[in-house]
Order: sequence, then structure tokens, then C-alpha cells
Amino acid sequence: MTSPPPMATLALPTVALDALLRSMADDEFVVGFTDSEWTGIAPLLEEDIAMSSLSQDELGHATALYGLLAELTGGDADALAYDREPADYRHARLLDHGRGDWALTMARRYLYETADAVRLEAIAGGRWSPLADLVAKIVREERYHLMHVEAWLDRLATGSDDTYARLTTALDELGPDAGTVFTPLPDEQALIDAGILAAPMRELEDRWRAAIAPAFARLALPPIPPTVDPDSGRTDHGAAFDWLWSEFTMVRGSDVGATW
Amino acid sequence: MTGTIPAPTERAVRDALAEIPDPELPVVSIVELGMIHRVAVDEGGIRVAILPTFIGCPAIGMIEASIAARLAAFDRPVEVRTSFEIPWTSDRISEVGRRALATAGIAPPAAPHDVRCPWCASDQVAMDSAFGPTQCRSLYYCRACRQPFEALKSV
Repeated sequence: MTSPPPMATLALPTVALDALLRSMADDEFVVGFTDSEWTGIAPLLEEDIAMSSLSQDELGHATALYGLLAELTGGDADALAYDREPADYRHARLLDHGRGDWALTMARRYLYETADAVRLEAIAGGRWSPLADLVAKIVREERYHLMHVEAWLDRLATGSDDTYARLTTALDELGPDAGTVFTPLPDEQALIDAGILAAPMRELEDRWRAAIAPAFARLALPPIPPTVDPDSGRTDHGAAFDWLWSEFTMVRGSDVGATW
Repeated sequence: MTGTIPAPTERAVRDALAEIPDPELPVVSIVELGMIHRVAVDEGGIRVAILPTFIGCPAIGMIEASIAARLAAFDRPVEVRTSFEIPWTSDRISEVGRRALATAGIAPPAAPHDVRCPWCASDQVAMDSAFGPTQCRSLYYCRACRQPFEALKSV
């Protein structure tokens, strides 16, 4: 494969890059932790294994992205993942609905994975090679995630009246927050000028809506509505995230500074 | 900085790495899996860059420790790091590695319709689940010999 051209003399847009890495890492971290709640209780043995493996992938991606952020800012990847207050996480509000039932989980995964695919495509081939190289690797793993959620959207939409009703109820709940994956980042234009991000988040959101519209039409699912309160899409997290945060910080908080 | 024995050749370092089994697939070495990206030997010591098969692979720490332990025999500083400079892809697995996997009952990576049963070589196989016991494996069933088996994911 060919490497992207080096950044040459362009200075890195540190503030915007920090925001981009933080949003991607927090998304993967939160979706990975939420889905890991299914380990042991998924409706089928194969799905129990699938959710565990998917979560392991997402947490691996988060670890690598926090690692890049730590190198950029001189911080520590574990501290970034575990030592912030809930209000300081920058994941999309789409991921703040709690574990929910299987239909809600698959609907959330479908909306998130398809949105993430559009975002990754806009970063792959970018001019900052540490991120572009990592994203090229992430995309190869995410193909399996897309196959999984596409199959489940189909299965739930066409399975029975009950599965269709559960899926549409889940989409009603998640829909107004689905576009928050594309919440504009602070100083986003600097990323575009530096060749790190191919297009503004608003434009990526339009691409994503166009990408999923045929599947929704084919499966007679209601279209995803416009995002409610889009500017706070990565800041207002609510009670479900407070609970998740207390879960994933519990071990680290129980003996601060411990190592093994 | 130099040790008390002469600097090894890059070849000697690669031969030593070929003795290290993958912790999750011990029938193949990390060299046969195609995980070695770069080996450099110079005045400063030995530097090895490895390509993770999957980004979140929990065996990476063990593999780095195994490399450091094995190369300690060369009596000079060893630096092991992971790299994403190029992505690890399943076509990096050597022919020897592919045969060793099949002998152990794990179908080597192939497009889903090209996967063959590692036990009876039949093409009458079905994917049960894309996700298996480790990040890099899928679950299959052979309709010909009625055996479940695992296949390495094609990435």
C-alpha cells in the first residue's frame, strides 16, 4: 500500500486533533463497555460470543486511540480512559441509552457502526500517518461488525410482528440522537485544512443518512429524524452514562495507583 | 553499547523469533503468522517492530515479553514495539503456517466461500458465526463430516 504524503512543514492542529481523537476513542470505549454487558446473557450462545468479541475489538480500538491522544498531549492512556469525571467524556449521546433489550442493542449498533464507517472513510488516507495507519487497520476489523449489524437489522425487521415492533420502538428512542456521532468538533476546519479529515461532520452526516436510507426503505422502517439538540451531542450524558461510568471506574477507583 | 558476544546478524535474530509460538495459536510461530514488520541490529542494540493481528489482541503483551526474553540471549539492549505502519493482513501467513493451522483443525484464512473443512477438505461448509473464541477466528460447521471447526478470519 502507499503511505499518505507526510505532514511536511504543516503544524499539527493540536486542539482539533485532540477533540477528534477523544470523540473517536470515547465512542469506541463506551460502546464497547455497554455491549460487554451482554457477555453471559445474550439470547444465543453465538451472540454471547459475538458481543464479547465485538466489545474486545471496540475496546482495542479505544486503547490504540487513547494511546495516540496520550502521545499527542503527553498524557497517559489509562488516565484518559478512567480518570475523568462523567461530564468530561466526549462520546456521542446515541451511546447514552443504557444496555436496553436486544432490539435496542442491535439498533444502536447498526446506527453507530454505519455512522462510524462513514467517519473512518473520511479519515483513512489522511495526511497524519499515525491516525491514518491505525484507521486503515480498524476498517478491516469493522467490516465484520457491519456484516453482523446488517444481518440483525434485516432479521429483526422481517422476523415477526414482535421483532418489527421492538425494532421500531428502539429506533424511535435512538433516532433523535443517532446523528450525534457527527456533532461538529471544535476548530474542525483546521483538521480539514491539514488534510486529516476529508469533510465537515455535517457533510459526513448527510453521507451517512444517504447510505442507510435504502436499507430503511427496503425494510419499511421509519426514516431517522433530524438530530434533537445537535450542538450538545457529545456533552449531555445523563443517568445511564453515570451508571456505566461507575461500573468501568470501579476497579481502578478501589485502589488508586495500584499496579500488577 | 555492545555486549560480550558479537552482534547477531538480522538473520540470526529472525531465526530466534521463529522459535516463538503465538500464545493463542501455538502451532504457528509469530514469524509464520507474518507478525514481524522490521528487525534492525545496530550499535544501539536490537529493535523489532511487530504488527498486531488484531488491534485489541490481548496476546500482544505476552508476545512482546516472549521476544524480549528470547533475544536477551544476544546480550544487548532489545526494543520491541507494535506498529500500524502497514496493516497486518491474513495473507501474511506463510505456506508453512497455513499448513500447520490446518493440521491443528483451524482452517487458514480464505474468502467465506473458499473455506474448506480442515478435517476432510470438503467445501460443504457453513459459517455458524463470524465471531469465535478469539478475535481472529470464526465458527464453521462441515456438513460432509459433521464436525464443527474454526477458521481464521480473512482481514
